[in-house]
Amino acid sequence: MSIKESAVDVATAPVEALPDASPSDRRRRPRRARSTWRRSFARDWRLYTLLVLPVVFLVVFRYVPMAGNVIAFRRYRPGGSMFGDEWVGMHYIELFINDPTFWRVFANTLILGALSLVIVFPLPIILALMLNELRSQRFKRVAQSISYLPHFMSVVIVAGVVLQLTSARGSINQLLDVVGIESVPFMQLSEWFRTIYVGSEIWQTVGWGTILYLAALSTIDPQLYEAARIDGAGRWRQTWHVTLPGIRPTMIVLLILNIGTFMAVGFEKILLLYNPLLYPTADVIATYLFRVGIFSSQFSYAAAIGLFEALIGLTLILSANWISKKTVGTSLW
Amino acid sequence: MVTNNTILDPRKRAARIFGPSVVGGIRDSRSYTAFRWLNAALLVVICFLTLYPFLNIVAQAFSSEAFINSGQVNLVPRGFNISTFSYVLGDPMFWRNYGNTVLYTVVATAIAMFLTTTFAYALSKHHLKGRTFFIGLAVFTMFFNGGLIPNYILISTLGMKNTIWAIVLPNAISVFNLLVMKSFFENFPTDLEEAAAIDGLNTYGILARVVLPLSKAVIATMVLFYAVSFWNSWFTAFLYLDRSELYPVTVYLRNLIAGATAADPSAQQAGEATQVASNVKAVTMLLIMAPIISVYPFIQKYFVSGVMLGSVKQ
Repeated sequence: MSIKESAVDVATAPVEALPDASPSDRRRRPRRARSTWRRSFARDWRLYTLLVLPVVFLVVFRYVPMAGNVIAFRRYRPGGSMFGDEWVGMHYIELFINDPTFWRVFANTLILGALSLVIVFPLPIILALMLNELRSQRFKRVAQSISYLPHFMSVVIVAGVVLQLTSARGSINQLLDVVGIESVPFMQLSEWFRTIYVGSEIWQTVGWGTILYLAALSTIDPQLYEAARIDGAGRWRQTWHVTLPGIRPTMIVLLILNIGTFMAVGFEKILLLYNPLLYPTADVIATYLFRVGIFSSQFSYAAAIGLFEALIGLTLILSANWISKKTVGTSLW
Repeated sequence: MVTNNTILDPRKRAARIFGPSVVGGIRDSRSYTAFRWLNAALLVVICFLTLYPFLNIVAQAFSSEAFINSGQVNLVPRGFNISTFSYVLGDPMFWRNYGNTVLYTVVATAIAMFLTTTFAYALSKHHLKGRTFFIGLAVFTMFFNGGLIPNYILISTLGMKNTIWAIVLPNAISVFNLLVMKSFFENFPTDLEEAAAIDGLNTYGILARVVLPLSKAVIATMVLFYAVSFWNSWFTAFLYLDRSELYPVTVYLRNLIAGATAADPSAQQAGEATQVASNVKAVTMLLIMAPIISVYPFIQKYFVSGVMLGSVKQ
């Protein structure tokens, strides 16, 4: 029904969706403080009903599992209460602190996270600047479309592609063959895993990562470039003094986000790619707790590790945000 | 503007591809022109390297296994055949799992859209009391989540393992998408809603008959965001489903490549060393990618606009 058709009902229809349209709203203004909740509920109850299902969803599938982390301090028995049966204090925390495997996977997580941050984070900026130098809009559009494409692929496809390329007779070894280097069994040598992981991250994320930078670049005022040219700045100095400051807020926000997700290395990708030969470099906290928890059913122990990881992640994002707020005045919230 | 003459002149044709060398009446310096050519050449190389893995998969899909195993397949199929396609398409489990992927994607996207739209619409109303609290409730889950084990226990306790609900419910609201929709609804012209209210529509009527019909672009974007992510997902299914007839096709592919990786210790103990032929894997990958690749040229701009919309309010 269009707006005009329903206009017939004006006289009989109750008016409730508008905040200021309710007459009772105005009359009761002096007693506002006491009954604002009841009044806003009376006025907006239909909006609140829209909230019911989403909030139930969040509580059941997000907040209940958060509370479920209590099993890190309680003994969990499969089939028993999902919040565990009895308190065991710091038992599981001590267990993983004294577990040498835990520290190995912790170090691997930090190294992979740091490599991704240091190598992968700056690349979209460079690619965006390169795309921005193109004057042919058609070439730019095609290059963008191609570079975004890997982002849309399932991680299973990415893993399959990586395994094919690095296989004994795959493309990379074919190339080594051409230049006369003996072929390398990449997926059996743990020293190659970090390179392969970071390489696949570059392939999948760098193109897509340029979107926000390109958007920021397009908002830079052309007059700034003109002023810089009049002041005698060449291309490089224009880039340094106009372009980079123009995208700095975007860079900072994305850096905060990246630091915040530093510990969340591509768990699914590693799970698909690794094998026991690669554990020395490829095994990270998430894959370790997956094996301990799901395969060995040591739920409380794995939950303790997971809680530790999640708390580090939360701390990282809060502190990165705080630091950037204090130093450069940009923050996520 | 483009005459036959310019097409034949290589220098002018190059100028058409790489853009003019005179901008705003100022001719580029020689070094900058050199830089622009280098930049363009580098981008061509980057584009080729990005596309290479896809082209390699296509070449393998049409090649015979002997040529792949002797390392002779890169860009061009060798031992051209399409029998691998009929082999993969002849596997009833492949069809079953492909059908599951379609079903899970459709149901999960429908649920996700319903929850996200209603939530975002309510949260977009600034006069709603408790709005900040509800936004915080959603945003907090972006930074802290329950983790793998508590989620696994929850799904097991709810009896959702080995049901479609384990796949379509736990990831129903993406907070990023929620914020995108919320900021879209916040910019919706209020006078339209006010007019509809005066015409006697209640909140539900306004949402269903006025707001949603005028939000087709953002709804299309959100549907695509969700559909692609559900189509591509495998881990929830891997975690919560034990029976192969319930698997989505991504888990089917995962099990093909797991022959080579043996990421799954239980499979390894069982001595699952069966190597699946590379061309079978390549065909399977191609068939999983196919729907996304074929709509990609049309959906790309929606994705880009969605990302930009999401970044505005953050």
